[in-house]
Amino acid sequence: MKEIDLAELERDFQAKIDADIKIEPKDWMPDEYRKTLIRQISQHAHSEVVGMLPEGNWITRAPSLRRKAVLLAKVQDEAGHGLYLYSATETLGADREQTIDDLHSGKAKYSSIFNYPTLTWADMGAIGWLVDGAAIMNQVPLCRCSYGPYARAMVRVCKEESFHQRQGFEIMSKLANGTPQQKEMAQDALNRFWWPALMMFGPNDAESKHTAQSMKWKIKRHTNDELRQQFIDISVPQAKLIGLSIPDPDLKFNEKTGHYESGEINWDEFWQVVEGNGPCNKDRVDTRRRAKENGQWVREAANAYAEKRRIRKKAS
Amino acid sequence: MSKALFEYVLRLGDDSLILGQRLSEWCGHGPILEEDIATTNIALDLIGQATTLLEYAAHLEGKKRSADELAFLRIDREYKNLLLVEQENGDFGKTIMRQFLFDAYRKLLFEKLLSSSDEHLAAIAEKSLKETKYHLKHSSEWVIRLGDGTEESHERVQDSLNELWRYTGELFFEDEVDTELKGSGVIPDVSDIQDKWNELVMNVLAEATLTIPNDNWQFDGGRVGKHSEHLGYLLSVMQYMQRAYPNMEW
Ligand SMILES: [Fe+2]
Ligand SMILES: [Fe+2]
Repeated sequence: MKEIDLAELERDFQAKIDADIKIEPKDWMPDEYRKTLIRQISQHAHSEVVGMLPEGNWITRAPSLRRKAVLLAKVQDEAGHGLYLYSATETLGADREQTIDDLHSGKAKYSSIFNYPTLTWADMGAIGWLVDGAAIMNQVPLCRCSYGPYARAMVRVCKEESFHQRQGFEIMSKLANGTPQQKEMAQDALNRFWWPALMMFGPNDAESKHTAQSMKWKIKRHTNDELRQQFIDISVPQAKLIGLSIPDPDLKFNEKTGHYESGEINWDEFWQVVEGNGPCNKDRVDTRRRAKENGQWVREAANAYAEKRRIRKKAS
Repeated sequence: MSKALFEYVLRLGDDSLILGQRLSEWCGHGPILEEDIATTNIALDLIGQATTLLEYAAHLEGKKRSADELAFLRIDREYKNLLLVEQENGDFGKTIMRQFLFDAYRKLLFEKLLSSSDEHLAAIAEKSLKETKYHLKHSSEWVIRLGDGTEESHERVQDSLNELWRYTGELFFEDEVDTELKGSGVIPDVSDIQDKWNELVMNVLAEATLTIPNDNWQFDGGRVGKHSEHLGYLLSVMQYMQRAYPNMEW
C-alpha cells in the first residue's frame, strides 16, 4: 500500500472514532489498534476464566443451599463472559487455541487480583463486592468502546456484573451483622482484599504507558486514577454502612474536593504479583493448564465423532 | 403415610443434593469452557431440586428442621441417596456416564410421578422433568460421542461403564417405604420404570458402541444409609461451614 493511502486510511479511521461510529470487524483498522484490542480483550477473557477459580474454591463448601446456588450461578456467568470475550478476540483474527496457550505459557497476563487466595467464606463476599465492583467501574465505560463487538459483549457482561456485586455485598453485610465471629471474618476479608482491589485499576496515570493512545482510540474513556477514585468514593461509604472499617489509616475525606484521599498503594507488591510472584500465580495457571490437558482426549473424541458423522452422512 | 413419604422425598432430595455437590467440583476444571458451563448448569438445577425436595421433606417431617439443616447437619448414615451419585467424578467420561445412568432413571421416574396422588410431589416432578430431559439429552449425546469417538475415549468410557454398572441395580431398589406409597398411588411401580430404563440405556449404549459388562454383581445400601467410603469425604467438605460455625445464618 502506498504511504499516502495509509495516511488517508488512518485519517478516516480516526474521524470515525471521533464521530463515535463503531469500528466493525471487516473495517480497516491500524495494526496497532488491532494489537492493542487483542491484548486487552484476551487479558480480559483470561481474567474471567482464571477468576472462576478463587470463587470455585468455595462452591463445595458454601454454607447453605441458597448460597451454593448463587455462587454456582455467579461462577458460571464468569465462564460465559470468558466465552463472549474469546469470541470477540476471534473477530479480530486471533486464534482462540493460541490465545489460551499464551495464558498457559505465562506469556499473557490476567487480572492480578485472582492471584490472591480465598481463605474463608467471607472472601466470597469481599470478591463479589469489591472485585466485581471494581470490574464494573472498569467495564461500564467499555460499553461505549470504539470496537463494536467488544462494546456489545460488555453490555451483556455488565448486566450480570451488577448481580455479582450485589450478591457479594449481601454476603458481607450478612456477616457484618452476624455473630462476632462472622463480623471478624468479614473484616479480615476486607483487610486482605481492599488494597489488591485498588490495584485492579492498574498503575498510576504517570506510569501507565498505554493510556494516552487508548483514550485517543476510545478504547479507554477514563484514566486508571480516575476510575480508582470513583471506586474509593463509592466503596468507603458502603463499608461504613455495614460497620466495617477500611484498612487504610491515611484515608480521609476532603471536604473541598468531595473525594476520599487514600494512602499510598504498595506498588512493589503490585509489580511482584504482575511478574508472577503472587501467592497463587502458579496454582492458577497450573490449574487451567491441567484442565486443558485432562480435556485433550475429550476434545479429540468430539472431533473424531463429528468427522465420522460427516462421512456417514455423505455416504448415505 | 407421611413418615414413608418423608423418607421417600428425602431419598430423592439426597440424590439431587449429592450429585449436585459432585458436579460442582468440576466448576473451573472442565475440558472445554462450554462444558464447564453445561456441567455447572446441571449442578445448579440439581441443587435447586434438592432445595425444593428437602423443603418438602422438612415440612413432612414436621420437626421444624429446615432444608438446610437436612442438607448440612445429618450424619453419614442418615443420607439416603443412591450409591451411584456419590461415586467420585473420575475423568470427564466417568462423570458423564454416571450422569447418563442417573438421568435416564430420573426422567422416567419424574414422568411417572406426574400422576402421583400426592399433588405436591407431582408439582415438583413437573418442574424437575423439564430440566432432567435436558440433562439426559446432554449426557446421552456425550456418551455417544465418547463411546464412538477415538479408541482412547471408547476405552475410557467403557471402563467407566464397567465400574458404574454395579450401582445401577439400586436405582430400582424397593423396601417397605415404596410398598406403602405404591399402595396409595403416590409412586409408580418400579418394574415399569426398570423395563423402560433398560431399553433407553441399551439404545444409547448401542449407538455409542459400548457394551454392558459381564460381571453383573450389584450393590445397594444407599437407600438405607449404608454408603461407600466416598460419601464421608464429600460430607466433610460440604458440611464444613455448618459444623465449624454452628447456629449461624449466612
Ligand atoms: Fe465477569
Ligand atoms: Fe463477575
